[in-house]
Amino acid sequence: MNRYPLWKYLVIAVALVIAFVYTLPNFYGEVPAVQVTPVRTTEKVDGALMQRVETVLKAGGITPLGVAMDARGVKARFADPDTQIKAKDALQQNLGQGYTVALNLLSASPEWLTSIGALPMYLGLDLRGGVHFLMQVDMPKALEKAAERYQGDIRTLLREKKVRYTGIGREGQEVAIRFRDAAQRDEARKAIESAYPELQLDDGQSGEEMLLAATLKKQAQVKTQEDALKQNLTTLRNRVNELGVAEPVIQQQGIDRVVVQLPGVQDTAKAKEILGRTATLEIRMVDEEKMQDPAAVQAAVAGQVPFGTEIYYERNGVPVLVKKTVVLTGDYITDAQPGFDNQSNQAAVHVNLDGRGARIFKNVTRENVGKRMAILLIEKGKTEVVTAPVIREEIGGGRVQITGMDSPQEANDVALLLRAGALAAPMEIVEERTVGPSLGKDNIEKGFNSTLYGFAAIAVFMVIYYQLFGIVSVLALATNMFLLVALLSMMQATLTLPGIAGIALTLGMAIDANVIIAERIREELRNGMTPQAALAAGYERAWDTILDSNITTLIAGIALFWLGSGPVRGFAVVLCLGILTSMFSAVLVSRAMVNLTYGRAKRLTKLSI
Amino acid sequence: MIELFHLKQDIPFMRWARSTIFVSVAFIAAAIGLLASKGLNLGVDFTGGTVMEIGYPGKAADIPGIRQVLTQSGYGDAQVQNFGTASDVLVRLPVKQGVTSAQLSEQVLLALKAADPAVEMRRVEFVGPQVGQELLEDGSLALLVVAMGIVIYLALRFEWRMAAGAIFATAHDIFIVLGVWSLFQWEFSLTVLAAVLAILGYSVNDTVVVFDRIRENFRKTRLTNVAAIMDNAKTATLARTVITSGTTSLMVLAMLFLGGEVLYGFALCLIIGIVVGTYSSVLVASPITMWLGVSREDFIKPVKTESGAVV
Repeated sequence: MNRYPLWKYLVIAVALVIAFVYTLPNFYGEVPAVQVTPVRTTEKVDGALMQRVETVLKAGGITPLGVAMDARGVKARFADPDTQIKAKDALQQNLGQGYTVALNLLSASPEWLTSIGALPMYLGLDLRGGVHFLMQVDMPKALEKAAERYQGDIRTLLREKKVRYTGIGREGQEVAIRFRDAAQRDEARKAIESAYPELQLDDGQSGEEMLLAATLKKQAQVKTQEDALKQNLTTLRNRVNELGVAEPVIQQQGIDRVVVQLPGVQDTAKAKEILGRTATLEIRMVDEEKMQDPAAVQAAVAGQVPFGTEIYYERNGVPVLVKKTVVLTGDYITDAQPGFDNQSNQAAVHVNLDGRGARIFKNVTRENVGKRMAILLIEKGKTEVVTAPVIREEIGGGRVQITGMDSPQEANDVALLLRAGALAAPMEIVEERTVGPSLGKDNIEKGFNSTLYGFAAIAVFMVIYYQLFGIVSVLALATNMFLLVALLSMMQATLTLPGIAGIALTLGMAIDANVIIAERIREELRNGMTPQAALAAGYERAWDTILDSNITTLIAGIALFWLGSGPVRGFAVVLCLGILTSMFSAVLVSRAMVNLTYGRAKRLTKLSI
Repeated sequence: MIELFHLKQDIPFMRWARSTIFVSVAFIAAAIGLLASKGLNLGVDFTGGTVMEIGYPGKAADIPGIRQVLTQSGYGDAQVQNFGTASDVLVRLPVKQGVTSAQLSEQVLLALKAADPAVEMRRVEFVGPQVGQELLEDGSLALLVVAMGIVIYLALRFEWRMAAGAIFATAHDIFIVLGVWSLFQWEFSLTVLAAVLAILGYSVNDTVVVFDRIRENFRKTRLTNVAAIMDNAKTATLARTVITSGTTSLMVLAMLFLGGEVLYGFALCLIIGIVVGTYSSVLVASPITMWLGVSREDFIKPVKTESGAVV
């Protein structure tokens, strides 16, 4: 009765082999590597890039352990972190701006394991060090910005259609247009309705004037918010690429949040600054007429800004009155590079505009020769006039040079910000978890050690207390651990410290099934059953108990996963998987071992239990 | 064969039911009293704020010095304490209105670096007040959902009285653990919450093993006395109950002593939970079930009477 058919042994054997193979990569650990990826995703990764990387390394006298290429980029492995850093510097210097060079860790397991998809578990930030940010997108601001855009569009539209209006203004998310009479308003309404069907138009009246209030319809609002989030995600991705982080995680969470995880980032201050910056560039005309009137400028500084203008300051404190109409925004920028001005040798940023931007820029410069144009940098709600040069001639081709930077470093930062694009809406960091690399290493060691010693203590107790059955139980428990780690590796789950705690706890609780079985067998023996019958009855009767008790724990695990966040989730995943693997190993695997030992014994008189 | 318990007779657990339940109810009342008066010392995970772990490699940290530097830089409300070893320091900063929290930790680190360049940032955790509130709500909701899920499962698989007994025993464990946390004002963090939920699972698991045997006894034995049936079941499973608690404790103790500061709270919570949970699954769950009036008939499937066939 204690014999398994051959297929059962085979199933178990196959499961064990798979578990062992997929656990294996975790023991090889990881080697330091440098990853080279093109900044632009359109650029192909090909053999030429690989060759360039190899040449640069050779020229620098650095010998990599290996250079490999995949769809995303070229990766070179090194023997130690020192060589890795040296290689990073060499590559960064020689490959130029078009490539991101990032430090990375690659699996050190042999080729054949990697080729069958057996990869080590991905280590969480608390184990390898890095930064985790949860960023909240300011949605009301996104809607305000949209309203601002419509304000400009409506103004242009009404001008084109020759509809007369007395004024257009914006109050929060609402654009209000004023008319002298109702006829004009109706005309405007018709024009706006056909051009912008997504706007909700409401009539109003204030004194003599007729009002038309334009707001975004509900659907359009939702879409605006979705677009804002999407644009922010893209922008963040670009910025993170600029930072040179291998394997960053940038994900949407909920309707208005973004999770950013940057493993291995050491300079958190820099990371925060780059991510949190909401710099946008605006080009507007300086209002020369009003600027020529010192009294008007004086009044503006005192707070009485003339109609249709805004006052901003240059870095040296000189006030500049600029028109409210925006000529160009950062959206038209295709590239920005730091450099130097040919004539003055000052630090400068060279900006390239796209086709539409270039056209607009050409028109504006042609019409305004001799006037000044202000380049505004809006950062963290503060607007600063970077420079306000006089337009000498028409500028075509979309190449613009911005001077007025204090240092090459600043030119570099501004260029990076402009290149990385603007955020559709400001974001705020609402959660941050940063773990230094030294703590990460400590955490792995401590987690591993406590699991190891806990396991050893349990093993010693089980073997002393249950003898042969104890050995079987410990082997089953070890199988459980392999299965669990293999499953986590296959899923490419992220291992965190709470996850390690989950593994340890699952192991501590998994032995329970074996204890239940062993105690049951002892009881049946005491009740006078023959050893063979006691074995069979023990396993059978224990199964119900094990199932019921495990399902309740599984319920707890699933709820934890569902409602938990961050560290709690990792723990929940391990707990749930651990329950499933423990049922397999504690019942099937241990039974197989018992059957192999006792199943064929003809006259079994004593069990070692 | 080594045997922890070699019992010829059943232990009369149920005879002590009145006193064990009295003790339990007293503990629960005390725990609720503590939670109501002192409350939990919620960590930054839930209140919002910033926690920084900094290290001075190879030397002992000068705590009063750090405090002075922080006060001078305008962070007089920072809490500074040693963390684990003499060279590691934990700095807690409450949520500050108007200051973008992301920069807070950088500023503090800069100030400390100016005073002693050897300082090394080991960990920063910042949680915004809104996120903290959400984590707390989600955590409480998780607790509730788990409890309900377990009650429903037990009511379906066993009997509603047993589900009630099990959930009472589990609530007892949770309250006592939380009460202890409140009494000592230990920090209640997200990992401790995970431990509390794990205790929930563990405690019910323990109770279910006992209940499973009680159910089996109801169906099998000819005993009619409910208390005797329960005593028999509990005595039969006692060895398992104690051994499993022991092995799980071995693992958790390893975490407590070797797992470092981050796992310390987690492990401590589990240890208390395992001890209390073991007690409650043997001495609290079944008396409640018995007093609710469970009987042998509840486990024997009633014979269907076909009323339509009666002429």
